[in-house]
Amino acid sequence: MNTSVNFAGVTLKNPVLTASGTFGSGMEYSEFVNLNRLGGVVTKGVAVTPWEGNPTPRVAETTGGMLNAIGLQNPGLDVFMSRDLPFLRKFDTKIVVNVCGHYEEEYVEAVARLADSCADLLEINISCPNVKEGGIAFGTNAAKIEEITRAVKRVARQPVIMKLSPNVTDITEMALAAQNGGADAVSLINTITGMKIDINRRTFALANKTGGLSGPAIKPVAVRMVYQVAQKVSIPILGMGGIACAEDAIEFLMAGATAVSVGTANFNNPRVTEEIVAGIETFMKNHAVDDINSLIGCVK
Amino acid sequence: MKVQEIATVISCERLADGIYSTVLRAPEIVKTALPGQFVCVYCDDKAHLLPRPISICDIDAAAGLLRLVYRVVGFGTDELAGKGEGATVRLLGPIGTGYEKVTEGSERPVRILFGGGIGIPPMLLLAKEWSKAGYEVHAVLGYRTNDLFLVKDFEGYATCHIATDDGTVGTHGTVLDALAAEGLLDAAGEGRTLFAACGPMPMLRGIAKLATEREIPAYISLEERMACGVGACLGCIVKSRDVDGHSHVHNKRICTEGPVFAVSELCI
Repeated sequence: MNTSVNFAGVTLKNPVLTASGTFGSGMEYSEFVNLNRLGGVVTKGVAVTPWEGNPTPRVAETTGGMLNAIGLQNPGLDVFMSRDLPFLRKFDTKIVVNVCGHYEEEYVEAVARLADSCADLLEINISCPNVKEGGIAFGTNAAKIEEITRAVKRVARQPVIMKLSPNVTDITEMALAAQNGGADAVSLINTITGMKIDINRRTFALANKTGGLSGPAIKPVAVRMVYQVAQKVSIPILGMGGIACAEDAIEFLMAGATAVSVGTANFNNPRVTEEIVAGIETFMKNHAVDDINSLIGCVK
Repeated sequence: MKVQEIATVISCERLADGIYSTVLRAPEIVKTALPGQFVCVYCDDKAHLLPRPISICDIDAAAGLLRLVYRVVGFGTDELAGKGEGATVRLLGPIGTGYEKVTEGSERPVRILFGGGIGIPPMLLLAKEWSKAGYEVHAVLGYRTNDLFLVKDFEGYATCHIATDDGTVGTHGTVLDALAAEGLLDAAGEGRTLFAACGPMPMLRGIAKLATEREIPAYISLEERMACGVGACLGCIVKSRDVDGHSHVHNKRICTEGPVFAVSELCI
């Protein structure tokens, strides 16, 4: 049985990765999960310098999901490269470094500094809804996406995945812009902007007022967008949005994703990523699937 | 060492209006649980994803029993309060850094524990531990009304002092009003005293201010909305005086560096 996939030129032992921001750099979850079992670990967004993030409350539960407005708190590249990358490299899994920035120059600088690192792939976060500069401000403008992709590609040594926002009228336009800019892959979807009001306190549940909705509640939107993008682009798709079990992951593969990221589900069950890997193997056995690649985009 | 464990409910009882006590068999978690730590309680309902952080009220190490005392505030705690003997609950724990971070010893023999409302439960295990260690333990407990809970549990381990918002029992006012009214600090001597507290933020800020003014070491347990419970999501941070070890900013994680902090560590 073959579970490995070729993602933008990188061989993943299986198509199950973690979603940026939900898994740190794997250290905290390594108590529960054998990281060697995962296709890859996508790290929490890192910028050139440390970011403080937003005030609390930063998270709120909603039916079938959650809102977050962490605000990309991160230790900056110096700490990340001296502490987090060496930790992850001890495991037999691919390292996908998620990069964030306020301005195009910051993305470029971060990508340039990661060029000689042990990162296997880079995921460029142009879709965080919780920061005022960078993030979604880039991710909802096709011309800007193409420009920033081109700028990042000029200095990148690793394949570049552009992470797209669902908070747009037509996500295929954004995916095509990334492809035109030279992206090696796209990942989708980031969170959907939402709001929750605490009716007892008569205020917003999050200090940031709005946050990004994730979890099973957004899965049908994500599957639809992955399918739409798969019909339009030739580069591989890292699919995500509400994946909580192996069956969910397989849905994304069938819709056209080459690999998937598991995010919010980690909060409900710290072992879920490993369970999804095992669940996909069981599905393949039960359905006599010899090669996982035969599932990718099989629903037209 | 945090473990996931399917715990079995031994008993569940209502202690006061909206306050419940659930005793669970959770031998793996109990094995390493310390005062001030908490557990994450997962819902059975799949539409409610996030674990509920609930402080450890008491343990029976020999029997592998864990006691949680909590206020029903929403779906998760309502589901837990509805579980009777034999029901199962998925837990993760024990989580966080508790009162083991207290560095002071016998030079601070008087331990004044403050509990406000649903901040009272975690003080019980601490009272037991410090009483066993030979300290003079006072529990200053604040309630809204005369609908008290856990007072009897503290007796034998601590001298109890009650404050109520409506004045129906004990001192009329806050736990700090009770401290003043009973002259506790003057009797103990501020140079021999250490504070520990859990409760609403205004209460904790008041205790932090007094402790700083009188140069009394003080440790407080904090609460915040959490997502992962393991230190990865950075949802539950508190502003810290020094640069934190994780993100190298000024945000300590309540689930990891806390929930117990020395007042001197924090900007609150």
